[in-house]
Amino acid sequence: MRKPTEDGPIVRGVCVALTIGFVVLFLVMPLLTVFSQALDKGVEAALDALTNPDSLSAIWLTLIVAAIAVPLNLLFGVSAAWAIAKHDFRGKSLLVSLVDLPFSVSPVIAGLIYVLIFGMQGWLGPWLREHDVQIIFALPGLVLATIFVTFPFVARELIPLMTDQGRDEEEAAISLGASGLQTFFRVTLPNIKWGLLYGVLLCNARAMGEFGAVSVVSGHIRGQTNTMPLHVEVLYNDYQFVGAFAVASLLALLAIVTLVLKSLLEWRFADEIAAAHRH
Amino acid sequence: MSLVIDSIAKRFASYAALDGVSFHVPQGAFVALLGPSGSGKTTLLRILGGLEFPDSGTVRFADLNWLGVPARDRRAGFVFQHYALFRHMTVAQNIAFGLRVRRWHKRPPRAEINRRVEELLGLVQLDGLGMRYPSQISGGQQQRVALARALAIEPRMLLLDEPFGALDAKVRKELRGWLRSLHERLGITSIFVTHDQEEAFALADLVAVMNKGRIEQYGTPQDVIRAPRTPFVAEFLERAPGAAPLA
Repeated sequence: MRKPTEDGPIVRGVCVALTIGFVVLFLVMPLLTVFSQALDKGVEAALDALTNPDSLSAIWLTLIVAAIAVPLNLLFGVSAAWAIAKHDFRGKSLLVSLVDLPFSVSPVIAGLIYVLIFGMQGWLGPWLREHDVQIIFALPGLVLATIFVTFPFVARELIPLMTDQGRDEEEAAISLGASGLQTFFRVTLPNIKWGLLYGVLLCNARAMGEFGAVSVVSGHIRGQTNTMPLHVEVLYNDYQFVGAFAVASLLALLAIVTLVLKSLLEWRFADEIAAAHRH
Repeated sequence: MSLVIDSIAKRFASYAALDGVSFHVPQGAFVALLGPSGSGKTTLLRILGGLEFPDSGTVRFADLNWLGVPARDRRAGFVFQHYALFRHMTVAQNIAFGLRVRRWHKRPPRAEINRRVEELLGLVQLDGLGMRYPSQISGGQQQRVALARALAIEPRMLLLDEPFGALDAKVRKELRGWLRSLHERLGITSIFVTHDQEEAFALADLVAVMNKGRIEQYGTPQDVIRAPRTPFVAEFLERAPGAAPLA
C-alpha cells in the first residue's frame, strides 16, 4: 500500500535517478575537476600560486569588499523588509519589484550603470576628477557593484517571513509601553534572526563570488583591483592553470562552507525555525 | 475616570468601519461590544488602544484627550484575539515585558519585577509555568498569559478582543466565570469585543450591540433582551438558538 500522494516505483525511480545524475554531472564533477586541477602539480605548487602577492592581494580585496558590502546590505535589507512587511503605503508593490530588480538585471549592466555615472566620461566624472575621488577602477566601484548585485538576498529572505509573522506582536509590544526601537530589537529582530542569518550567508557567498558587475568596474589591475573571481580569469587567460584552479578552489571551498553552515543551522535550530514561522 | 466616546467615525478604503459611534462607559464598568463580523467593534477597540486612529470624533478618558495620548503611554492593557504572545520569550518574560521596557527612572528593580511576575502568575493560576514557552502551553493558558501580561502594566483600562474566540466551549465557560470575578476584584474599566451574545450577556454590565459601524442599542443585558430597540437587535438576538442566558 502506498500513500495517495506517492507515485509508482518507476516514476519515483526515474525522478530520483534524473536528479542524482544531474547533480553529479553538473555540480559534483566540475567541483572535483577544480580541485584536481589545482592539485595537478602538487600541493606545494597550489600553495605557491595562492601565496604570490597578486593572489594574496585578490583574496584581501575580496574580503574587504564583502566586509563593506554585506553589512550595508544587511542594513538595507532589514529596513526594506521592515518597510514592506509591516507597513502599508502607496507604491509598495513597485518597491517590492524594485528590490528584486538586481536578480533580473544582468550584472554586466549593473556594472555599466556605475561606469556611466561615475566613470571619467560619466555624469559625475568631471566633478569627481576635480575633487580627486576615484570610484571606477577602484575599491568604491567594486563595493557599489557588489552591493547592487547582492541587495535582494537579505530582503528576499525576510519579506515573506515578516509578512507571515504579521504585526500582532509589535502591536502588543507598543501597547505594553515599548518604544519603536525597543519593539524592533526585543520583538521583531529575535523573531527573524534565523532568516536574517540565512540571508547574510547567501549574500556573503554571492558578494565574494560576483564576477560580471565587478568585472566591468574593476579595470583588472593586477595586485590592485582584481578580486578573486577576476583573478581566476586573468590567471586562466595566462595559461597559469594551477594558479587559476587554486584560487577557484578557494572560492569553491567558500561555497561549501556556506552550504555546511546553512545546513548546520537548519539542523541545530530546526525547532526554533519552525516556531518562528508558526503563527 | 469614566470613558466618553463621541461621534467616532473611521473609513477604510471601500467602506465605513465606524459611522458616528458615541457612548459612555462609567468608571469600572465591564462593557461588551456585540455584533456580527464587520460591524466595526474590533476597529473601535483598536482605536481605544491607540493602534488605529479615527477620521473624526473624540474620546475622553479620565479627563484626558485620549486620542492625543500615544499608544505606548496609554497603559491600555490589550488582549489580542490570538494573544500575540512573544513566541521567543518564556511566559515569565512575556509578563515582565511591559515593566522591562519602561524608561529607566520608572523601571522597577529586577527583584521587584520578578516578584510581580510571580504574583501575576498566581493571579491567573499559572504558578510554576513561568519558564515555559508559549508554544508549550495550552490555548486557555496562553489566554491567561496574555491577560497577565496586560495586567502587569497596571492598566488604566482593559481591552479584550474576542478573548475566548479561539478556545473550545468548555474552557470558554470556565474562563468566563473566572474573568468576571477577576474584574470584580480589580475593578478596571474593561471593554471586550465578541460576536457571541450569550457571552456578552453573561459577562457584561453594559452591552453595545453594533451593526455596520453604528450602535443599534446600548444598555444593560436585561434592557437589551427585554426591549430590543431596533429590528436588527431583535433579529440578532433571535438568531442564536437556545439563547436565554439571563439568570
